[in-house]
Amino acid sequence: MELKEKLLSSFLAFENQVNVDSYVHDVRSEAIKTFEDKGFPNKKDEAWKYTSLNKVLKEDYSVFAKDAEALDYKDVKQYFIHDIDSYKIVFIDGKYSSHLSETTHDGMDVCLMSAALTKPKYHVVIKNYFNKVAKDESLSALNTAFSREGAFIHIPKNKLAEKPIQIIHFSTGNESALMLQPRNLIIVDENSHVQIIERHQSLTDNAILTNSVTEIFANKRAIVDYYKVQNDKQTSSLIDNTYINQKDQSHVSVHTFAFGGKLTRNNLNFYQNGERIDSTMKGITIIGDKQHVDHNTLVHHIEPNCESHQDYKGIFGDSSTGVFNGKVVVEKEAQKTNAFQANNNILISDKATINTKPQLEIFADDVKCSHGCTIGQLDESAMFYLRSRGIPEKEAKALLMYAFANNVLESVKIPELKKRINKLIANKLGVNIGFDL
Amino acid sequence: MSSMLKIQDLHASVEDKTILKGINLEVKAGEVHAIMGPNGSGKSTLASVIAGKEDYEVEKGEIVLEGENIDELAAEERAHKGIFLSFQYPVEIPGVTVTNFMKTAINETRKAQGQEEMPANQMLKLIREKSELLEIDRRFLSRSLNEGFSGGEKKRNEIFQMAMLEPKLAILDETDSGLDIDALRIVANGVNKLKNKDNATIVITHYQRLLDYIVPDYVHVLYNGRIVKSGGKELAHELEEKGYDWIKEEVNA
Repeated sequence: MELKEKLLSSFLAFENQVNVDSYVHDVRSEAIKTFEDKGFPNKKDEAWKYTSLNKVLKEDYSVFAKDAEALDYKDVKQYFIHDIDSYKIVFIDGKYSSHLSETTHDGMDVCLMSAALTKPKYHVVIKNYFNKVAKDESLSALNTAFSREGAFIHIPKNKLAEKPIQIIHFSTGNESALMLQPRNLIIVDENSHVQIIERHQSLTDNAILTNSVTEIFANKRAIVDYYKVQNDKQTSSLIDNTYINQKDQSHVSVHTFAFGGKLTRNNLNFYQNGERIDSTMKGITIIGDKQHVDHNTLVHHIEPNCESHQDYKGIFGDSSTGVFNGKVVVEKEAQKTNAFQANNNILISDKATINTKPQLEIFADDVKCSHGCTIGQLDESAMFYLRSRGIPEKEAKALLMYAFANNVLESVKIPELKKRINKLIANKLGVNIGFDL
Repeated sequence: MSSMLKIQDLHASVEDKTILKGINLEVKAGEVHAIMGPNGSGKSTLASVIAGKEDYEVEKGEIVLEGENIDELAAEERAHKGIFLSFQYPVEIPGVTVTNFMKTAINETRKAQGQEEMPANQMLKLIREKSELLEIDRRFLSRSLNEGFSGGEKKRNEIFQMAMLEPKLAILDETDSGLDIDALRIVANGVNKLKNKDNATIVITHYQRLLDYIVPDYVHVLYNGRIVKSGGKELAHELEEKGYDWIKEEVNA
């Protein structure tokens, strides 16, 4: 059976497991119709021209996972930023692991979507926020239809979340192929601040497809720093759909470290519904083999006096392929917009490919918008300089690649995370040199 | 004294253009040699070929370091054996700090020589010592390598690297260009302090100025890809006074 058919029939089974007499389920029912109409995206869709899901969709995924056995913390510790105090929301095969998690309701909610979607005390919040910024694109609609579990974070007014929050999804291989659809909702109220690290990690060579949706609401003057660490197995694919709604003077940054997986697609969408907003998107992509990473960004400048900054660096080896599609829309009312976009790439193999496409739609006349894409190789004279000082070719290349990418790291505000990313980069580049002096 | 570097009948080309057309040169431990010559005579090419730049093809002849032919060695392997080239135009490398660069260079060299990495405290001590020798501000060390450095800072940084790596054979390619008199004095002082009976220096320069500070044992004139004249330090003064035309005339006659 085709995956689409399987999902549609699974929805009937899903309805036996959830409360169908609810607002949330009305939303789900609408969403499954949208998915039924639209189906999975294909290469005829402009936004999917360079990313084909065909191979990924061929697997016979289980839609509902069996209960997995508990994981020992020591076996998965390496996937946490474990040297800092943090809140943790951990899932194993899509199900909450209370054993590995550390949640809170003390002055703010760092807990589960399943609770938020079902408990009466969250009804109002869910009505106001759930599925309010996610668009009815087919994959997001599919996620909405099956939305049941994920992270729910609500930081009330004037609150500084003093510890970062880690959201980690493990998959164990209990199913020969598993499709996961986590749903996250993050609400940060006026003057509040939160840092979040998200990671999807497969512990198996069985096929995993994750179709995740995260909605983030940054209210007035809120600050949200979101870090996505994508360094998964070659058998795991991730479609990340993130939608961010910003109000006046809020600052939201999303860093995406795409170090692999089979296929990774990041749909990152910012909507600026207010003035003096700052939206920052940064990314480092380092992949090889036949891996594929696609960054598809959108910044929608709706009101005046806002800024957006995009800076994506990519290093592509072997037969890997990369896509960057950065769309910036500046509405007629959005005067004095300052939008900056850069996408710089290095190809270190003759067989690697990058497709990069800036897309600017500007309807206002008093704006500053800049964009630049580069694709290049490593600088030969720099290579000779490093090698003449005794640094071998491989290490010299690694050092230059690190140097190329590292300005993206400067804005990472969690030092332990920065250290970890440095290590991951050294590891990706196959060298044992410390970059962090 | 033992032979440090011996170059015999060296022919080298770049992109099918022959630049070096039969160089013969022997440098012994403890010696300073100056190589002078008009622009385009092949001075920088000679330096790059000795250091192992891959763009150049050695067509003929050989380069021997301490009795070992190094023609087939990669640039980093030559560095591990003690060759150091101070670049005429040091490359700017944003994102790599001077300190991290030096740490990597030293530890990779030690690794290649079968030694342990240098302990961090020893590294810091060495950096402090050598940066003082070159009168380098500590803040300078955490800046990106050569990025936004003035001409003088770049050259001082080159000699700082040389001091850190303690090469057997140092080749200074136009180290004096772009230096004001104070920087020139600092750089020359650094080079002189590093000199000992077991290492050797080749100073490549267009002008005699630097040679007032780093006094050579021998001066060679390179013209049109060959060494056409050799002599003592007085040859440099003669060149300063009379220019290169008389050499060209002699050769072309």
